[in-house]
Amino acid sequence: MRSNLRRLAQRARVWAERRLPALTRLRQPEPLPIELGRRRIYIVPTTFGLGFGVLLLVMLVGALNYANNAALLLTCMLGAATAASMLLAFRTLDGLSLRGIRAGHAVAGEPLELVLDFAAQRARESVRLDCASESLAFALQGTTELRLRLATTRRGWLALPRLRIWSSWPLGLFRAWSWLHPQQSVLVWPRPEAAGPPPVLPGDARERLRPQPGEELAALRDYRRGDAPRHIAWKASARHHDLLVKDFDRPEPRETWRLEWDALRALDREARIARLARWLGDAEAQGRRYSLQLPHERIDIGSGPAHYARCMSTLAVLP
Amino acid sequence: MTKSAATPLDPRSFDLVAFGLAAVLALHAPHLPWWLGVTLASILGLRWWQRRRQRARTPAWLKLPLLAALLLSIVSWYGNLFGQAPGAALAVGLLVLKLLETETARDARVGMSFACFTLMAALLFDQSLTATTTVALGLLPPLAALRSLEPGRRAPPALWRELLPGFGLLAAALPLALLAFLLLPRLNSPLWGAPNTGEQRTGLSDRMTPAGFTQLLVDDSPALRVGFDGPPPPPDLRYFRAYVMGHYDGSSWTYRDVANQLPVPVEAAQTIRYHVSLEPTRQRVLPTLDVPLAAPPGASLRRDREVIADKPVDSLRDYTLESATRYRLEPKLGRHRARWLQLPAGFDPRTLALGRSWRARYGSDDAAIVQAALALFHDGGFRYTLAPAPLGRDAMDDFLFDTREGFCEHYSSAFTVLMRAAGIPARVVTGYQGGYWNALGGYLLVRNSDAHAWSEVWLAGHGWVRVDPTAAVRPQRISMGAAAAAPGQLPWYQSGWLQSMRNRWDIVNRWWNLGVNGFDALRQRGLLKPFGIRDTDPSTLALLLAVACVLAMAAGLAWVWRRREPEDPARTALRQLERKLARQGVARLAGEGPRDYLQRAARMLPAQHDRLTELMHRYLELRYAHPEPTSESLRALQRAVRDFPVVRMVK
Repeated sequence: MRSNLRRLAQRARVWAERRLPALTRLRQPEPLPIELGRRRIYIVPTTFGLGFGVLLLVMLVGALNYANNAALLLTCMLGAATAASMLLAFRTLDGLSLRGIRAGHAVAGEPLELVLDFAAQRARESVRLDCASESLAFALQGTTELRLRLATTRRGWLALPRLRIWSSWPLGLFRAWSWLHPQQSVLVWPRPEAAGPPPVLPGDARERLRPQPGEELAALRDYRRGDAPRHIAWKASARHHDLLVKDFDRPEPRETWRLEWDALRALDREARIARLARWLGDAEAQGRRYSLQLPHERIDIGSGPAHYARCMSTLAVLP
Repeated sequence: MTKSAATPLDPRSFDLVAFGLAAVLALHAPHLPWWLGVTLASILGLRWWQRRRQRARTPAWLKLPLLAALLLSIVSWYGNLFGQAPGAALAVGLLVLKLLETETARDARVGMSFACFTLMAALLFDQSLTATTTVALGLLPPLAALRSLEPGRRAPPALWRELLPGFGLLAAALPLALLAFLLLPRLNSPLWGAPNTGEQRTGLSDRMTPAGFTQLLVDDSPALRVGFDGPPPPPDLRYFRAYVMGHYDGSSWTYRDVANQLPVPVEAAQTIRYHVSLEPTRQRVLPTLDVPLAAPPGASLRRDREVIADKPVDSLRDYTLESATRYRLEPKLGRHRARWLQLPAGFDPRTLALGRSWRARYGSDDAAIVQAALALFHDGGFRYTLAPAPLGRDAMDDFLFDTREGFCEHYSSAFTVLMRAAGIPARVVTGYQGGYWNALGGYLLVRNSDAHAWSEVWLAGHGWVRVDPTAAVRPQRISMGAAAAAPGQLPWYQSGWLQSMRNRWDIVNRWWNLGVNGFDALRQRGLLKPFGIRDTDPSTLALLLAVACVLAMAAGLAWVWRRREPEDPARTALRQLERKLARQGVARLAGEGPRDYLQRAARMLPAQHDRLTELMHRYLELRYAHPEPTSESLRALQRAVRDFPVVRMVK
């Protein structure tokens, strides 16, 4: 019954948005910043507001019937306060602006974190933001950053959905609302495959890398027989009753992975991307240096989060 | 929406809901039976303690029996569930029980809107200024509770500070509320029956038993307010007649209402016009100063010139009358004489004997008999007290020869019986006597405690003459009022300076009654008289109301739509420059900084290149060079902007 009703309401809304774009403001996506103004804020009474209206009507008729002027005066006052609360609901949204959206990184299927930057000159309270299934409520003084989690399904550019911003401040009797449809897309990375073989590296890359002492000084330790004299920290040892030796961090020597699109001929397109994504992830996790060769693009050897992000983003936008 | 409605209440919201209910309970407490009030208050307190301290819910098995107990106790106390008092008690009880199951925002919303309704119901019992103000203040906790239900508020302030926004909201609503109050068309006749009051208000009754007034004499709520055309009559002439009682059954005097008799003739020598504003009495009698010449609309004159309204006075009633203060009432008694000599057989033998002995002694001199009776009261060791000893079967015998203490009812009753025993037509009249003259408001305030009983005797050639035997015993009662007559016997709030302050304060109540409570359909029709419209009919009123609402909304929207930019002169100057440039076809794009914009403008308007570059440097310096811009550089910028020429682009 309830779900039927909801489905009916949903269908009515879809119809209304198709037939009455002016009413629901099925707006084209627009560039940021978006500032809410009176031309795009709508106000409707809530269910509670309608109920309260009926109650006010009952009080009004009762006061008139019993010629009870004191009650009539207070009923009028409550009614006028209700009307004023409608204006306050409008004022909660009016002048509010969405100045920017920053998107985090996420692979397809995982929620993507959006940071929405809202600003307003006056302080606002109880502003709500609905995004698909998520609903947030926030107060605002000056600027605020709001974190939203956006569900993703597939890699590539994802247009931001329409956000509903609304408020039933201060009494919950009226609901002022507006749509925010930012003209912005976020990039969703491909989802790495769950498990698979390691990359088959070309023969010349298989040369055993000679272990090399690390370059960075890690710590001082006590002298042990066999330590090279040039590693003794003489200055530090002078203040100590034993000899101290500089200990160097020696990272495990790693092969460089040269990941190539063409090496995965046996797989279909998405599977290739998923595998490459997994290898990229593994390489980054293991601290390897890696490069990526794609049909029309080549990313040179590198490592670190920026390199990883560049590789993943390139994979994400593959046709 | 549904999700947020089902969220559990946070402690602050719950506190405010409980506070709102406590306010409702406190406002209704005066007319609830004390045990119900105490029980509901303890349920409220326990529930608050349980949820706040124990974080527990009320078990379901407890709710239904409590509800049943509430219904049963109300039915057993009042006799039914409907009507004003039981209805209000039921509403308050249900509201308090609602707190037992208040767990979510939806529950709280329902509870708080019902609380608003119940608060209004408190005004059915008392519509004075104080009551109305208290109820208006009682609206604050429900409003604050509704406000606290909205998620995403800033950190809530202290509990009492939560009430302030509601106050502001109500204050902002006041202008529209007043307009709506003035213009809402009143009903000429009620849609359904007036509320029946379970309890009879203590007031004048059509039956007088000695010592029956005691309730009334300590009730100092206002009974009527009277304004006079011309100076007010002196205190000893301020007798307001209500009932003329002719029938005595040995214990009480009764008034018999016979509707279709012509009023007896009166020969008026001096008349006075006055306006009475009568507080609701639930009775039909309209007290009048002395002998009224005609009845006001909606009422009629009875035989002995009592004024009886067509309907009980359930709300404030205003009427204007003309009365005779010096008169001859019913100069010829005729065949009705026997009626005013009626005495019950077998009562008060000693009193009757005394009356007959006077007749024997004074012969046909009725006036001398009256004087003898007054002398008896004055010199016979009688005492004025509001707490007299109880009287037995032969009440007048006991009073005259035994207890010799009492107040107006005793004296008027005994006097009338004596007169009748002596063969003089006599009757008891009840009403009000005295009152407080409020010089500031120019009106006489008569309280219920000014209720009084006196006698009228018929003397040949004079007609009915008022005789007040109480005055013989205690002249202060007449000249200075009830409080002066019985010092130390009245409640503390009726004596001394406090009473005089309350008398002065009463002018506010009068204004309230005149302006608000007395604003009925009739007054509303005359609303536009100052503008030359004699009769404002309901459709005109509705139209005016609609216009007023539209105007109020327009004013509200104007307030809402006004954007308050921060007062930043440099920015204002830049805006001005932007407008000038826009007229030349270089509008600033969204997201374009002032530097980029002015550089672009300089490129596009080569003629103004140098000026624009200079303006840009000035602006940027003002903005970013100093933490506080200097006033000279600001003025320089403003001047430069003002002097910037607008040259139409000729393409």
